[in-house]
Amino acid sequence: MSEKILEAINIYKEFHDPVTVPVLQDISFSINKSEFVAVTGKSGCGKSTLLYILSTMDTDYKGALFIDNEPMKNKKEAQLAAIRNQKIGFVFQFHYLLNEFTVLQNVMLPGLKLNKYSAKEVEHRAMEKLTMLGIEKLALKNANRVSGGEKQRVAIARALINDPVIIMGDEPTGNLDKKNSEIVFDIFKQLALEFKQTLLIVTHDEGFAKKTNRIIEMEDGRIN
Amino acid sequence: MEANQFAAIGVTFSISMFITLLSFMTGLNDLLDGLILNRTPHIRLYNEIKPNKDQPVNTTTAFKDHYNFIRSLKSGGSRQEIYNSAAVLQALKNDPRILGYAPKIFAPVFFNDGSISIAGVINGIEVEAESNYFHFNDYIIEGVAADLKKVSNSIILGKGLAVNLLADVGDIVQVTTSQGEQFPLKVVGVFQTGIQDFDKTQSYASIVSVQKILGKAGTYITDIQVKLKDVKTAPAVAVVYADLFQLDALDIQTANSQFETGSFIRTLISYAVGITLLIVAGFGIYNILNMMIFEKMDSIAILKATGFSGRDVKRIFLLIALSIGFFGGMIGLLAGLGLSALIDQIPFTTASLPTVKTYPIHYNPLFYVIGAAFSLITTYLAGWFPSRKASKIDPVIIIRGK
Ligand SMILES: Nc1ncnc2c1ncn2[C@@H]1O[C@H](COP(=O)(O)OP(=O)(O)O)[C@@H](O)[C@H]1O
Ligand SMILES: [Mg+2]
Repeated sequence: MSEKILEAINIYKEFHDPVTVPVLQDISFSINKSEFVAVTGKSGCGKSTLLYILSTMDTDYKGALFIDNEPMKNKKEAQLAAIRNQKIGFVFQFHYLLNEFTVLQNVMLPGLKLNKYSAKEVEHRAMEKLTMLGIEKLALKNANRVSGGEKQRVAIARALINDPVIIMGDEPTGNLDKKNSEIVFDIFKQLALEFKQTLLIVTHDEGFAKKTNRIIEMEDGRIN
Repeated sequence: MEANQFAAIGVTFSISMFITLLSFMTGLNDLLDGLILNRTPHIRLYNEIKPNKDQPVNTTTAFKDHYNFIRSLKSGGSRQEIYNSAAVLQALKNDPRILGYAPKIFAPVFFNDGSISIAGVINGIEVEAESNYFHFNDYIIEGVAADLKKVSNSIILGKGLAVNLLADVGDIVQVTTSQGEQFPLKVVGVFQTGIQDFDKTQSYASIVSVQKILGKAGTYITDIQVKLKDVKTAPAVAVVYADLFQLDALDIQTANSQFETGSFIRTLISYAVGITLLIVAGFGIYNILNMMIFEKMDSIAILKATGFSGRDVKRIFLLIALSIGFFGGMIGLLAGLGLSALIDQIPFTTASLPTVKTYPIHYNPLFYVIGAAFSLITTYLAGWFPSRKASKIDPVIIIRGK
């Protein structure tokens, strides 16, 4: 039996805007190590909302969530931040790099926060990730001086810096052209195959989803 | 980043103004105080001419419990002279609280110029003591103070008096004492204190000359001016000497109480203005940091998403605030020093202050310590609320908002 990386049990969430509407109901599933999972569904069905809960950023929900077999309920803000830092890598639709810093510094930042390796080692590791993604030449460029496709690759390098147990993405190719989407997809594929990296990617790109190991389809806040 | 620089410039401006203002105001205070206090003894010992305390009516037991206002013995019976002045001077010399003293004779005279006579005063002084402890030298604008000792029967006239007498250095002036004796004195110098009434009536001669003019013995003096090591002890020491030698003793605090009040108020105003400037700069920083947090929402969200806690975010923003305070403050201190030094170079001449050539600046390290401390404290306080706000930002709202 393979190792469970993430488990969601009966996740329920509602918004009060101004009437109470349930957005997520009865969401239960688990992801095993080195699975490459796509979450699909129509716009507004609750994919992003689910991902924010799974990534521990949103704590206002009912149900249970385990990451790396550790329950996430009743943890303090700082403890959740530490879990995100160590175990979860993020890639968003909009790249969210810190424009004040260089590409290399952006990749290093979560590593420096983790404080497991020395700054020198973190820098070395960051360069390795950039090289792996073919953007080592951009290392010393300012983050706002690189193209959209390149930014997304920098974001992936940053997500990888602390060797997370899972990488989560919310429509990471949603804002990219076909060519760049393919590059990003190939990177995810390579991570899954070569590095046994566990991935959970939200997308509404059918073509993208089909090429993954497993598709979780959502409809009106439930999974089929 | 430009916003940071603006905030830092705000701090720099207020700190440099704070330093300059305090240095200049304190310099002015010192100058104004010095104007009077340099020339004022901490304690003046003298004999006031007053009615005899032992009136005959007091000797009868019949009126012992009554207030007796019948005074038949006139003031003339008492003397201006300080009795056994040698003993008093000896006691002063041996007193460790005392920095120095200068004996003096106060002699009212008439200066004769042809048919008119001008009422004035000759102060008999010991030139060295007067110069050492009471800055006599500083006020001589013509001639040299030491000539009073070298040239016999010499005099230094106040500027106004010299003008009225048409007397220059080298001329002879005639004086008439209250006893009617006439005496020629040679003018060896002119002084100017800047206090008009003083310069119009006063003159200085050596103690020996004045004793000669008045026909008194070599021990005759009417005043002793005392300078203490610690001016604050003046009232206490004055009482001791008054009792010990049956003298009148006037301490500087009693004589010039308005000066301390003036200095205090001026210092208070400078601090108030300086601190107001800093608080205004603090509000500037507060606004700029608030604005910056608004601009950096995305960055805060990404920091939180990648594992930085609210506390980390708060620390980052406080650090930004403190570095604004630190660098802005440092440059402000230097600018303040530079500005003070510049003001210190601006010529400022006034008749009343012959030794002052430029605007007065008081360099005090304490101002710099206060300035540095305040710039850090205000930026810390100004940064505290915005930083707290930043730490509370919910990354989900920001990320979803895109
Ligand atoms: N803060 C909110 N308050 C109220 N309703 C919200 C809020 N955020 C999202 N929703 C609603 O929740 C539903 C799911 O949104 P979302 O998870 O963003 O969908 P998806 O990512 O699948 O497009 C939508 O109907 C949306 O309008
Ligand atoms: Mg979405």
